Amino acid sequence: MAETIDCDIHPGVPTVKVLLPYMDAYWADAFVQRGMDGFDLASYPPGSPIACRPDWRRAGQKPGTDLAQLQSAALDAFGARFAICNPLYGGTVAVSETMGAAICSALNDWIAAEWLNADPRLRASIVVPAQAPHLAAEEIDRKAPDRRFVQVLLPAGAEMLYGKSYYWPIFEAAQRHGLPVGIHAGLMYRHAPTSNGWPSFHLHDYVAGAQVFEDQLLSLISEGTFLRYPGLRIVLLESGVTWLPGFIWRAIKTWRGVRAEVPWVKRSPAAYIREHVRLTMQPFDAPDDPAIVAQLLEEIGSDEMLLYATDWPHWQFEGERAVPPGFSPALLRRITVDNPLATYPRLQESIA
Amino acid sequence: MSRHVVAAAAEVPPGGRKLVMVRGRPIAVCNLGGAFFGLLNRCPHQGGSLCEGLVTHAVTADRPGEYRMSRQGEIIRCPWHGWEFDIRTGQSWCEPDRIAARQYPVSVAPGADLVKGPYVAETIPVSVEADYIVVEM
Repeated sequence: MAETIDCDIHPGVPTVKVLLPYMDAYWADAFVQRGMDGFDLASYPPGSPIACRPDWRRAGQKPGTDLAQLQSAALDAFGARFAICNPLYGGTVAVSETMGAAICSALNDWIAAEWLNADPRLRASIVVPAQAPHLAAEEIDRKAPDRRFVQVLLPAGAEMLYGKSYYWPIFEAAQRHGLPVGIHAGLMYRHAPTSNGWPSFHLHDYVAGAQVFEDQLLSLISEGTFLRYPGLRIVLLESGVTWLPGFIWRAIKTWRGVRAEVPWVKRSPAAYIREHVRLTMQPFDAPDDPAIVAQLLEEIGSDEMLLYATDWPHWQFEGERAVPPGFSPALLRRITVDNPLATYPRLQESIA
Repeated sequence: MSRHVVAAAAEVPPGGRKLVMVRGRPIAVCNLGGAFFGLLNRCPHQGGSLCEGLVTHAVTADRPGEYRMSRQGEIIRCPWHGWEFDIRTGQSWCEPDRIAARQYPVSVAPGADLVKGPYVAETIPVSVEADYIVVEM
């Protein structure tokens, strides 16, 4: 599988200090003066089991922070031709808009200089301050000329639902540059992760994450975002997959009854999802039964939607079983090569 | 196929509707500005009585956030789950090519013609002075 394209890996930021050389004088000084560090997301505490598979963990290091290890364990071990780096770090969710923007800009420059320059197999998403869409759009414009950035990255849970007009600048910028928008599991943790308030346990947080993706998809569909930005592609990252068929069924059923409140939604929600939405495949969330997996794939109703991903170094599977059983060789080829190339035009152009 | 006299035309004025039985089947007869249409009174979804649904208008949009109303009185919504049907064609709004309420041809005939036959009008007394609604089934 030497042609495999891994659509979701996570290089880690060891400390904000590595970003300071990529900040302007004010911010380079401010993080030191204020003694601020540790902008890891609450959704992935570095010491938590989900954040790093045990055999990929290195004593005394945050997950994913060692380039050589990423090259051997994520790229070589899985035969990746390309892998898309999705750094999960606090600039995206910081309460301060300007600080968030400063962290994101520095992180993008750091990834380009110290990771993308170090290995031609690596690509990256542009991390943006999701709490300040106008600044996010500026950052997209600033980094888009570097064609190794193939996507814009947003957290699943933000200040508001992504269909709201507040976010138009992000989608407009993404469409302008032909960049898909990746929505990765994780929250700002300023709003409760469920509509019934704060759960007590990680068990609840992580499982309920699928609901957050459902909410964002419903928002983008019902607010007409895909009509306003017809070129927009959304990639759900680490969303899980198998919740999708039941969700689509419920969305279609309800749309048929109440579609008059959203008359611009002229086609079934499934049509918008199949045209505009892609999902990475770790976690997949199904038993190791090829018949069940095949049934789920049939219910999803498209062989173009799934994108291969290891989610490295997050702990989703053991060994090298990144793909559940039940995928035919032809479908395997689609998810590991054809679908990623179709989803990310900049990958396609780099091999043309 | 035979023609069944189901009601006097005056019973279903423009904008009105009436539930009739033809050969044991419930038919919703609707009058749209003088033109009559008949739909099987069972929603193709789960069998709701369409005749009891809200008669409403088409809502469309050219772009998100805009609403346009048209075709007042020509759309009927199933009272159970709100599915919309075009009274003129029986087609569902959401899946017009795949899901439709079954249609039966309806016409209006003068009583003078009806008494000559061949019509099935067991339950409707026909007078030569009036007009009648005729369902083909």
